[in-house]
Amino acid sequence: MSKLLWALIAVAGAAGWSVLALSRGEPVSAAWLVLAAVGTYLIAYRFYSHYLSYRVLGLDDRRATPAERLDNGRDYSPTSRWVLFGHHFAAIAGAGPLIGPVLAAQFGYLPGTIWIVVGVVLAGAVQDFVILFGSMRRDGKSLGQMAKEEIGPVTGLITMVAVLAIMLILLAPLGLIVVNALRGSPWGVFTIGCTIPIAFLMGFWMKVWRPGRTMEATVIGVLLLLAALVGGRWVSQNPAMAQALTFSGVQLAGMLMVYGFVASVLPVWMLLLPRDYLSTFMKIGAVLLLAAGILFVLPPLRMPAVTHFVDGTGPVFAGKLFPFAFITIACGAISGFHALIASGTTPKMLRRESDARLIGYGGMLMESFVAVMAICAAAVLDPGVYFAINSPIASLGGDAAHAVDAIRQWGFTLEPGQMEALAHSVGEQTLLGRVGGAPSLAMGMARIFSGAFGEHLLALWYHFAIMFEALFILTTLDAGTRVGRFMLQELLGHVWEPMGRTSWYPSIILSSGLIVAGWGYFLVQGVLDPLGGINSLWPLFGISNQLLACIALCVGTTLIIKAGKARHAWVTLLPLAWVLLVTLTAGSQKIWAADPRLGFLAHAQSVGMQIAAATIDPSRGARMIFNDRLDAVIAGSFMAVVVLVIIISAREWVQILARGKQCVSTETPFMETAYES
Amino acid sequence: MRARGGRGAAGQWFRVAREFVTAVRRIVGMPDYEAHVAHLRACHPEMAVPTEREYFEKFLERKTAGGGARCC
Repeated sequence: MSKLLWALIAVAGAAGWSVLALSRGEPVSAAWLVLAAVGTYLIAYRFYSHYLSYRVLGLDDRRATPAERLDNGRDYSPTSRWVLFGHHFAAIAGAGPLIGPVLAAQFGYLPGTIWIVVGVVLAGAVQDFVILFGSMRRDGKSLGQMAKEEIGPVTGLITMVAVLAIMLILLAPLGLIVVNALRGSPWGVFTIGCTIPIAFLMGFWMKVWRPGRTMEATVIGVLLLLAALVGGRWVSQNPAMAQALTFSGVQLAGMLMVYGFVASVLPVWMLLLPRDYLSTFMKIGAVLLLAAGILFVLPPLRMPAVTHFVDGTGPVFAGKLFPFAFITIACGAISGFHALIASGTTPKMLRRESDARLIGYGGMLMESFVAVMAICAAAVLDPGVYFAINSPIASLGGDAAHAVDAIRQWGFTLEPGQMEALAHSVGEQTLLGRVGGAPSLAMGMARIFSGAFGEHLLALWYHFAIMFEALFILTTLDAGTRVGRFMLQELLGHVWEPMGRTSWYPSIILSSGLIVAGWGYFLVQGVLDPLGGINSLWPLFGISNQLLACIALCVGTTLIIKAGKARHAWVTLLPLAWVLLVTLTAGSQKIWAADPRLGFLAHAQSVGMQIAAATIDPSRGARMIFNDRLDAVIAGSFMAVVVLVIIISAREWVQILARGKQCVSTETPFMETAYES
Repeated sequence: MRARGGRGAAGQWFRVAREFVTAVRRIVGMPDYEAHVAHLRACHPEMAVPTEREYFEKFLERKTAGGGARCC
């Protein structure tokens, strides 16, 4: 009976893939995409994760987990599996799986979908699961600690520094997405701005007026936030208010930096914690709503399966399908950052070892499904509209009239006045050249929601989607700034002891300022970039995230080999080889490609020629050249770091396998569980 | 809080609602005073039970010291 069921699931998934692969020309229903993805996830979870669980890793429910042995009712605390699944998902899913797929839709919906689904099954979910398992067997050790103990002190140090550097590079494009979503949008600025006083109110509620009543505070906060969303329409229609809340990109970037600094310096209960609660509620709510909307409407996908931009001439970002589809979509297929969460709070909460399969492997499948929904949201838009929103204004010819011609030249249709009408219908001044992915994702989500729940609410749904994206991007930004501040304080503490005191105000202010200046510099550079900034910053983010994945997969491979399971080590070596290939190719193209749109150094050279020909302001040109070289150095050092980690790890593997080096298990010794099976 | 939710349909619904709220709290990462008190009573009966305010202050101290990473 169960064999029959699994055969049916396999057939359904295969049917989904066949329809996607064979249909050309006419719109395909999103139903086929969802069917293909979900069918594949179910088969992979049932069979591949079973193999990983019991043949490779050896999950053992008789073995007590850290949560059981070290239960302190706080961080170590056995948690029921579905609750922990929700907790882990809320921690790993952010803007990455939503934004990357939307940008990669410039290649059509099919390449991104294939990478998201195949990548998660063979790479992303494996990484999360193996690291979660490794940390669970070691009382919840962090990725950095495991890298140090398993591979060596150099790798441990490299991992810690790489995490800090990657954090700075990650925060800049995320900030840029918010800036581009709120630029010239009084409605959006009002709604997002309101989250700050709302957070203060929640903070005082749960700290001072009703101590500990976080749930009450959050319910009030969510209601106020929805009121702010509706109130934004009124603000956008009032000329004086709209004028006062219309900001340029540079102004918004400045505000974000002030916000990040303040959130890092203030006590957590005032701003950080309440906003985190709001954002987690909104995130889970919006994801569930989007899933319901897509399944209910089953919208047709208007984007072609594959566009001619696979040749690298696409306006959204430069570069060919290989390797750039695999860099642009990092989260959703594989995300190195998850290794930090999977070796952070989650392993300390697992009740049974076998729960690690659902939470590690299954949690990542869920994130992949979010990415598939993002692809659907981008692909329900008319391709002409998609490219008009996502292309830098410079490549659209500067204004609406030229944009129509530019879009037609690319082979898509756009009617004169269409973009203006669309912008008006969602209460925005313009939607042209709103790069960064968020506005087009919001537009697609608004289409789906209004299809499911009523057409007349389009503007409200658009701003709901913008609010939800901006809210949790800002949560990553403030939490990231704070985490970065702690790391920096730890590092500086080695140089001068007082800097390491995490509650000493001069140290807090200096280190927070340095972290904000770090990501703020790249953010401002991105805002001023005529190509939209996303073109240079998003690939850097993708490369850095994939490089962290390489380090995590090296640690995972070492764990498997040291456990005497070398013949199964291909489960992490295969994704490692692929991610390494993709990342090193993309990295070297970003540095050395001859096309100035693609290569940092070629761009610097072309700016140099513009300066010589006096077609560009020399000081502006000099700044652009400096930034290009800086970006090239960053990409180069990331690549060097990973090559180094691979070499050190490979040497360790060879010593174990060929030279018979004895390995001492670093696992916490077996202790039998007291739970009934 | 814990004492409520006796027998009968109303009590049943109350228990379900309470379990739901507890689950939501843990998913979002909120402090759970009642669960902590239950843990203390079960595992460390010799320790004094903190008030809700004291417990929340401890929770904030941990949040202040740790990062609370959120992924991209």
